[in-house]
Amino acid sequence: MTPLEFFLAGTMSAATVFLLAALGELVAEKSGMLNLGVEGMMAISAAVGFVVTYQTGSHTMGFAIAAVAGICVSLIFALVSITFLANQVATGLAVGILSLGVSALIGKKYESLTINAPDTVFIPVLSEIPFIGPVFFQQNIVVYGAILMAVLIGFCLNKTRLGLAIRACGENPKAAEALSYSVWKIRYGAVAFGGMMAGFAGAYASTVYTPLWADGMIAGRGWIAVALVVFGTWKTSRIFLGAYLFGMVTLGELVVQSLGFAVPSQFLTAMPFVITIVVLAIISADMSRLRLHAPYSLGETYDGSEPR
Amino acid sequence: MLFQFEKRSAPSKPLIFATPFISIAVTVLLSSTMLLIQGKSLQTTFYAFFVEPFESTYAISEIFLKFGPLLLIAQALAIGFRAKIWNIGAEGQMIMGAILASSIPVYFTDSESILILPAMIILGALGGMAWAAIAAFLKVRFNANEILVTLMLSSVALQILYYLLLGPWKDPMGFNFPQTTMFQDAALFPPIIFGFRLNYSLIIPLLFTVFVWIYMERHFGGFQLVVGGLAPNAATYAGYSSSGAVWKSLLIAGFAAGIAGMSEVAGPIGQLQRSVTSGYGYSAIIVAYLGGLHPVGIFFAAFFLSVIHIGGDYALVTAELPISSVHIFQGLLLVTYLASYTFVNYRFRPRKALRERIESSAI
Repeated sequence: MTPLEFFLAGTMSAATVFLLAALGELVAEKSGMLNLGVEGMMAISAAVGFVVTYQTGSHTMGFAIAAVAGICVSLIFALVSITFLANQVATGLAVGILSLGVSALIGKKYESLTINAPDTVFIPVLSEIPFIGPVFFQQNIVVYGAILMAVLIGFCLNKTRLGLAIRACGENPKAAEALSYSVWKIRYGAVAFGGMMAGFAGAYASTVYTPLWADGMIAGRGWIAVALVVFGTWKTSRIFLGAYLFGMVTLGELVVQSLGFAVPSQFLTAMPFVITIVVLAIISADMSRLRLHAPYSLGETYDGSEPR
Repeated sequence: MLFQFEKRSAPSKPLIFATPFISIAVTVLLSSTMLLIQGKSLQTTFYAFFVEPFESTYAISEIFLKFGPLLLIAQALAIGFRAKIWNIGAEGQMIMGAILASSIPVYFTDSESILILPAMIILGALGGMAWAAIAAFLKVRFNANEILVTLMLSSVALQILYYLLLGPWKDPMGFNFPQTTMFQDAALFPPIIFGFRLNYSLIIPLLFTVFVWIYMERHFGGFQLVVGGLAPNAATYAGYSSSGAVWKSLLIAGFAAGIAGMSEVAGPIGQLQRSVTSGYGYSAIIVAYLGGLHPVGIFFAAFFLSVIHIGGDYALVTAELPISSVHIFQGLLLVTYLASYTFVNYRFRPRKALRERIESSAI
């Protein structure tokens, strides 16, 4: 592999973490639920995924149990913010703090252990094309799975009845209820789906992208995923592009170092966060566009009793 | 759903006071279950958490050492939370305060001037305010979500800290540890009692609490903030500036967090090092909520969480409990608090009863 091939292939791998988590958050936000616990859900799933894979030797098992863990955490959020009508921002933060603690507890005995990365999929014929093959067609299966998910979610949200129901809950829950949709069921489902996707993202981070467990290894990637949903103005295709862009930024750190520039590593580590802030400011500056695309009732508690 | 909440005509006063205690009770119950699953002794653990912190004068002084920064930051954060301005980057503002304050002892290593400490307080406050001002500016000018910006800024601040500690500010005699030299006495708060780490910086959070109480409960500026949080449309109609609220909440928080960071380097730590914040920026969010976002409540909540922190240190030794258990306990406290708070505004109704009522009123 040439350095450029390595960089581009690495970008796809790094982007998958962002993409999975951001897609899950997109679905939750489309239903009106702002779940800020993504970082925590990813941390728990990363720990669970690592421990299960380490013990069973099966990456599939690791992913499956990590997804279950992600769903469980998201259901705590759903219970407090949907059933108990608590403020979504505060609840998301609370669940996030709780999950970060739990992830440290789960992974305590596994600190700094490593496992083997799963085999990459060599897509027949295509993977043998020079340059394009090593970049696009010699990836882990989850990389393709994430892209497929993006297509499916985009289709489901925009073209199906279920997608319409989800969006209705996010735009105007009162109206959705009047159309005899059960707002709480749909929101629970959307949040749980977000938990599952965060679970996959966490498992991918700790068992495929960097197959090791270290406390705090998610390192803000869950928050970047939340920001990506805003960057993508709640559109699947733009979120996809954003995830790949941030995959590239993450890899940029390695590139700059390998090219031998004498930049302190701390500046490179801080770069994704600085870029997030800058992009966030640029995208948000166009308020009318943001208002047009953001789910109208995003983050608002719906108690079903008051007229809106 | 089998049950539903029905809105009360007015928030229940007794429940506002009961909520923190309910959440503590539920949290203790849940964590007991978790402890039993892990095969830990409940008696040893809770003894370590709630009794050992009061067993010696030293332990009690350590409680108050934690109490200061938690109280200071939580009071400031609560102002923003009441205005629905979500500054969750107190951690970063604290780091920047600590960094700016440390610049004096780092560059004037030998000076014993009495002006050093006041200058450090001012620089600490400015550092925190400057960092918070970035978020305020981006929110007001570019509408950028303050939750994400303050959080990202914390990560950036942490990297700046690491850069300084591994590079220009590293103690040349420090065996390559990422920390500055120990500060001279003139750059440290004098201890209240000789031999203990508790120092006079405790006065600042106490004064600040009084200021916040007057500002939020008796001053028009605080009233404007609260209205902006409860009824944004009413606030706009009344002509209260929403960008003013953003600036006020964030600058006050930056001020408090910056001074808290300064008091750590000029207090118990005595130098700038990686773990300068001890996670106070996040714990303060929990303190603010557990105290019902009210200055008096926060005073007690800060004390309670300080006990938990010190108790956690003891539990680490006597009950062999991992340090993460304190974080879990804190997270549970906030989750259960938020869930219990529902009962302040709502009452619990079985679904059937609710439906019957609606139907009868329709007729």
